[in-house]
Amino acid sequence: MLDNSFKFTPHITLEFKIEEKDFFIAGESASRVKKTLQQLGIKQDIIKRIAIIIYEAAMNVAIHAIHGVLKVYVDPEVISVITEDVGPGIENLELAMKEGYSTAPQEILEMGFGAGMGLPNIKQCSDELVIDTKVGEGTTLKAKIYLNKN
Amino acid sequence: MKLKDVALVLDADILCCEELLDREVKTCFACDMVSEMLLRVQSNTLLITSLTNAHVLHAALVMDALAVVFVGGKKPDGTVIKNAEHSGLPLMTTKKHIFECCGLLYKEGLRGYEQEQGIC
Repeated sequence: MLDNSFKFTPHITLEFKIEEKDFFIAGESASRVKKTLQQLGIKQDIIKRIAIIIYEAAMNVAIHAIHGVLKVYVDPEVISVITEDVGPGIENLELAMKEGYSTAPQEILEMGFGAGMGLPNIKQCSDELVIDTKVGEGTTLKAKIYLNKN
Repeated sequence: MKLKDVALVLDADILCCEELLDREVKTCFACDMVSEMLLRVQSNTLLITSLTNAHVLHAALVMDALAVVFVGGKKPDGTVIKNAEHSGLPLMTTKKHIFECCGLLYKEGLRGYEQEQGIC
């Protein structure tokens, strides 16, 4: 007998290239992933958490890196958001995780970004967060959200 | 209160989606930082801001904001208004500044974002 409560979430990969100072890709990729997740019937609060992670992580790459890529993996149990960039890396990760600490230039502040809330927001919205950074080389950020976590 | 009441109280001009002004406003959030908007704006939240760039529109759409009020007489450019119209996000602009807008709406009974309602 078929169990009606069973819901199959397929494996999906979404990928976006991020060029230096391509600030619009953050909002665009967040919107596109949001639509895909809505079509899959993912819960609204989870979609919003993922949209925030994507927006902030992609914006960080656009602001600080030379170029990078955003990948979103949708699996039955977990959604992973990954950004990999070639760029300056994060000199002091502990400081960067603190709310209010920012190294963003003035033009970014004028756009309404650079409040030093990006990484803290990502951490707050993730179930797991791993940041691997090398000064002068680049940064990889991996955030996971579990779909069935209470 | 409804969006049309907000427009009346703030003496605001409607920039798009006039047909959606019967929407009921549940909460209100005022800020000029996109990261804060992302974290605090929820469905049915009225966003008040002086930022008019396309990032604000993206943030408002991603977070399912109910409408956006631009303060200090500021107006976004035509592309932003067109995209908001297309997405069904009402935009309005008022000459009043952010403090006055918040005060007037609070006086009318509108309340802000509650910490415990946060999504993260």
